[in-house]
Amino acid sequence: MKKSVIFGAAAIASVSAMAAAAGTLDDVKARGKINCGVTEGTLGFSSRDSTGRHQGFDVEFCRALGAAIFDDADAVEYVELSSKNRFTALSAGQVDVLYRTTTWTFSRDVDLKTSFVGINYYDGQGFMVPKELGVASAKELEGATVCIETGTTTELNLADFFRANSMEYTPLPVGGTTEAKALFEEGACDVYTTDASALAGVRASLKDPSAYLILPEIVSKEPLGPTVRHGDNEWEDVVRWTQNSLVAAEELGVTSANVAELAAGTDNPSINRMLGAEGNLCEMLTLAPDCFVKAIAATGNYGEIFEKTIGESTPIGLARGLNALWTEGGLQYSPPFR
Amino acid sequence: MSDLSYVRTEMLEQKAPPASSVGLVGWLRANLFSSVGNSILTVVTLFFLLSLLASMMPWIFLGIWNADSLSHCREIFAERYGDSTEYACWAVVRDRWDQIIFGYSFGNLNEGLYWRPLVGLALIILALLPILYPNVPRVLYVATAASLFLYPWLIWGGSIWGPLTIALCIIAGVFIYRFASRFMIMAFAMPVAIVGTALLIYFAMAPVAGALGSAVPIELQSVPSREISGFVLSITIGIVAIVASLPIAVLLALGRQSDLFIVNKLSTGFIEIIRGVPLITLIFVATVLMKYFLPSSVDLDPVLAVMVLVTLFTAAYIAEVIRGGLAALPKGQYEAADALGLTYWQAQRLIILPQALKISIPGIVSNFISVFKDTTLVSIVALNDPLGISDSIRSDSDWNGIVWELYGFIAIVFWLFCFSMSRYSLWLERQLQTGHR
Repeated sequence: MKKSVIFGAAAIASVSAMAAAAGTLDDVKARGKINCGVTEGTLGFSSRDSTGRHQGFDVEFCRALGAAIFDDADAVEYVELSSKNRFTALSAGQVDVLYRTTTWTFSRDVDLKTSFVGINYYDGQGFMVPKELGVASAKELEGATVCIETGTTTELNLADFFRANSMEYTPLPVGGTTEAKALFEEGACDVYTTDASALAGVRASLKDPSAYLILPEIVSKEPLGPTVRHGDNEWEDVVRWTQNSLVAAEELGVTSANVAELAAGTDNPSINRMLGAEGNLCEMLTLAPDCFVKAIAATGNYGEIFEKTIGESTPIGLARGLNALWTEGGLQYSPPFR
Repeated sequence: MSDLSYVRTEMLEQKAPPASSVGLVGWLRANLFSSVGNSILTVVTLFFLLSLLASMMPWIFLGIWNADSLSHCREIFAERYGDSTEYACWAVVRDRWDQIIFGYSFGNLNEGLYWRPLVGLALIILALLPILYPNVPRVLYVATAASLFLYPWLIWGGSIWGPLTIALCIIAGVFIYRFASRFMIMAFAMPVAIVGTALLIYFAMAPVAGALGSAVPIELQSVPSREISGFVLSITIGIVAIVASLPIAVLLALGRQSDLFIVNKLSTGFIEIIRGVPLITLIFVATVLMKYFLPSSVDLDPVLAVMVLVTLFTAAYIAEVIRGGLAALPKGQYEAADALGLTYWQAQRLIILPQALKISIPGIVSNFISVFKDTTLVSIVALNDPLGISDSIRSDSDWNGIVWELYGFIAIVFWLFCFSMSRYSLWLERQLQTGHR
């Protein structure tokens, strides 16, 4: 019990030191670290490498936040949350922001009292079946047993899809990707359904990927994005515009390689405003004047992040698709920095 | 006339027992084939055992220890055995065992910190020796006291002066108690000493530790609580819960047996409330829901919260086990203690508890074993127990798809700990055997 005394005393001390309630941004600054909620392991989006470091698409956005606020991309503490406990953890203040492949929906935004501040990945729900099932379309899945992760939007979409096509199915609820994959591979369920981005990674890691087929139908919209607590607008702005800066950087041709050079000033006023050569956008966020420069330098722009974590050169091998810039036929679009 | 009566003068040599009742054959007949029914059962069981082993053994022993990834493993299988049968890819254990044992904080992330949990564990073992074995030199109690302060320092890091200052404050508290008990009875001296110690820690700790730290900086790289993971986390929580819960449990059991109304009802209420709620709920409340009630700037240490909760939970269960032991003692023991004129505490200490605890050993130890395994429940509050680590190993693209190898390794490590606890309890029971039951 004496061990607890140390921490008890520390807790009392910290209560008395910071009795005044403050916004998340102030809390984060006082703490010197961002608590970032990520998945407990989704190939490409957030996982730990052999040295125990977090890496992945979502992790890069947390790192960008760390760089923007503290000029230190490692000033992030990752909290690995399951799909079930993520919103509790967020609203309880265990994490400051969720970068956890979370779908933006009406009820989560309005009813759950969370705020979605952007979309970092446009996803959709897909189905994977073993080839020997002899199914070529999701509409032929009448009577199938479906492995489905609990507490996700995919669970609800699945019910909608089968009802809309007046088909019956047996759900087999599972706790996470790992469990789902093991069950699917053993043949406990005929169909595995989740976001198409994750599906590609799961298929690649199966024992014999060629024996499985991802069906052509994408049955839902899954806009994945960062989530913060309702009603904390300063913090929301920081998260939103840090992410926007990465998208805008790609559009403006700013990369991790040339950002330092461009920050000195260019002929393009949009770049100058964003990188702080003109105006004081970062200071309006109460951050250091070169906050976006730090963010882009630490992680690269949106395109660079995509390519190095989930892009076609990685084992996940996702095409940009909907996540290409709006100028290239995709949906990624940043409001102007001015 | 000849005498036909014959009296044998020497005993017959003892004959060897029939071949069918000694040696291997005899043992088999006695134990496995003693009747038709038993013979059938034996054959059926053997058949299942053998077919199980026949499918498991190749998987285990033809497995591969040298590979970079699961797909590499599969290539080697295909090349070496030429069929598509899966064998164990033990390479994952070879590659990541350090993460499972030491977690991320002392693993590769901070190369060269393995010594800290190892020294910590050695210290704990040294500290437990005088408690566990009666023949060990009593000097080792020094290690017991030291480990209370050094173990957290080794695991969490930071300056050594924090834990040392707390130790000094507690020693000061003991002197306050000695001093105060000259003027008042124990019931008052105790709270005075406790409040005094708390005040000392609250006011003196930060400046004293700070001053000492700047004068003689002895620091270890500090480790954030959330990064403490793997078996280091399980063992830390397990040991704290086991060591701290026993005294609390004894007090609760005595409280529940007590005639003092308030003490009795408080103990009963505590035990029943804690036992009535699942551990997973308690842990969830302590770490997540507590944050709703505290100001957002307070960072509740998740590991500490879990430790406190697991300790209280174990204490409630063990209290009931001990109460069973107390109830099993014949009334004569209590009356004899009274007749000798012993006070309540003397009677408990010298007569009642030694016997009651002895009876309760199997129950207590099985609670300890189950609490050690329950430490894996911390995954609910996003701490990485060994199973959580196995999940994140699997989410690395190299090892995605591995299941049994990791679970098997974790199971073996857990089994080693639990089996040694159970053997110790058997040994202790034999040591304390007095012959009368």
